[in-house]
Amino acid sequence: MLLTGEEERMLSGAEGRAVGKGMQLIVALGEVFGAERLVRITSAQIAGVSYGNIGDAGLELLEDWASAGARVRVKATLNPAGMDLERWREMGVGEEYYGKQIRIIKAFERMGVETTCTCTPYLAGNLPSFGDHIAWSESSAVVYANSVLGARTNREGGPSALAAALTGRTPLYGLHLDEGRRATAIVEVGAELRSPHEFSLLGYAVGMRMGAGVPFFEGIKRAEVEDLKILSAALAASGGIGMFHMKGVTPEARFQDTAGLERILVSAQDLEKARERLSSHGEPDLACIGCPHCSVKELAEIARILEGRRVRAGKGLWVWTSRAAYDEAKRRGYVQAIEAAGGKVFADTCMVVCPLEASGFSHMVTNSCKAAHYVPSTSGMGASVRSLESAVSEVLEG
Amino acid sequence: MSVPEKVVSVATFSGRGIARFRGEGEALVTRQGISFFGGVDPKSGLVKEKGHELFGKDITGKVLVFPRGKGSTVGSYVIYQLKKSGHAPAAIINSETEAIIATGCILAEIPLVDRLGVDPTEAIATGDRVSVDGEAGIVRVEKGQRY
Repeated sequence: MLLTGEEERMLSGAEGRAVGKGMQLIVALGEVFGAERLVRITSAQIAGVSYGNIGDAGLELLEDWASAGARVRVKATLNPAGMDLERWREMGVGEEYYGKQIRIIKAFERMGVETTCTCTPYLAGNLPSFGDHIAWSESSAVVYANSVLGARTNREGGPSALAAALTGRTPLYGLHLDEGRRATAIVEVGAELRSPHEFSLLGYAVGMRMGAGVPFFEGIKRAEVEDLKILSAALAASGGIGMFHMKGVTPEARFQDTAGLERILVSAQDLEKARERLSSHGEPDLACIGCPHCSVKELAEIARILEGRRVRAGKGLWVWTSRAAYDEAKRRGYVQAIEAAGGKVFADTCMVVCPLEASGFSHMVTNSCKAAHYVPSTSGMGASVRSLESAVSEVLEG
Repeated sequence: MSVPEKVVSVATFSGRGIARFRGEGEALVTRQGISFFGGVDPKSGLVKEKGHELFGKDITGKVLVFPRGKGSTVGSYVIYQLKKSGHAPAAIINSETEAIIATGCILAEIPLVDRLGVDPTEAIATGDRVSVDGEAGIVRVEKGQRY
């Protein structure tokens, strides 16, 4: 692979042990994927934050790099942690887990990473421009950044996104190149999508059907941020998809030549099949909303649904969001409204990366296919998917 | 009368060096993919994936030969943890490697070579003595010895 003088210098360790190790990793991955050179990035989103996921090994590595003086060279933000950094006790998280999670956050802080702890960096100040090369992990944000923002990133892992932040480089291949961003199949949506939940079902169905590749959606009249983020999450959860185009909605759709591409028809029945596949037997006792993290608008909608109603005894309503959206929603009174009705709003974490089994509940109902895909294996709980309104209503009185 | 010597054949393969370190040891070979996250115990080096043909085997100090990695990207951290606990393999040889194994081997400084030009799970047998030069991408296999 072709390296510049500056890159060679980083690789040699002349800019510190951690930068040297980071560059070794970037170069090795470039070789694995056949990249000819590296490209400068403007932004990084780093996953692998939850203590429950990365364990003592991850903690040790991060503290080692932080102690070696590693510092990020570009804007870098963090994925959700394994607990609400302030209200962790209410989630059932223990002291030891808490202590180690805080050490992980501190290590990232020492390296200059903004500890945003959200899977929606694009709603929390990390908003790359069209055409920017970036290195993001967090599969849902990868799909959103490529598709909706027109920035360019592969599906990075936690260590490779961190290495990219420390070196300011990523290997140039895949979704960084025009060839890798071309539509590979047309998805004709034959169902009316009335809520973000239905966009989620669509994403899950298409991810299962295609596995990989770049879908080109036709037949969707409009889509809002909340629709696009939950669609992105589902596409990445059921498949290995890193980007989509949507006719009339996403910025690169108009440059696509779709002549001769395979055509996949997705009907209302296909969406129903995705729902059935993700729903296990059992009565839901915990409604979880916020995968990806709720926007302020979604928090307002939950507060509206709860007007004059209450969460039933023995049931729970846990809502997940970023610290940024939490603060804004608190200012507007939505957090107070949700909690007065018996719900809880947690920030910095989510149902997928926290020890949800510590909640004491046994069956989660959610509007997000990604959450329903992962929670049974991460927590051992049952899962069901419904629209936001019916998932919330499931745990209310009356 | 002297005891006849054991027949030892030596083969050398040239591949792609991904993690540029050196190591040697006894080969442990499987034709199945390995998921380090959930599949290998980071504290003991024992394979714990139920139904895996290496189930219960210890990878500590072995030259681990398998087609490619699979599973969660957290597997990279498990490889790093194996190194810290003293239970890392001496080297890894893949048919065609991928990002999880490559990342783990770089972080943990375990030599990693792939694309030997032959199927490594055929060319190398469990028990062979193998040395891996991740810098040059060279793998040397001594067959017929017993340890």
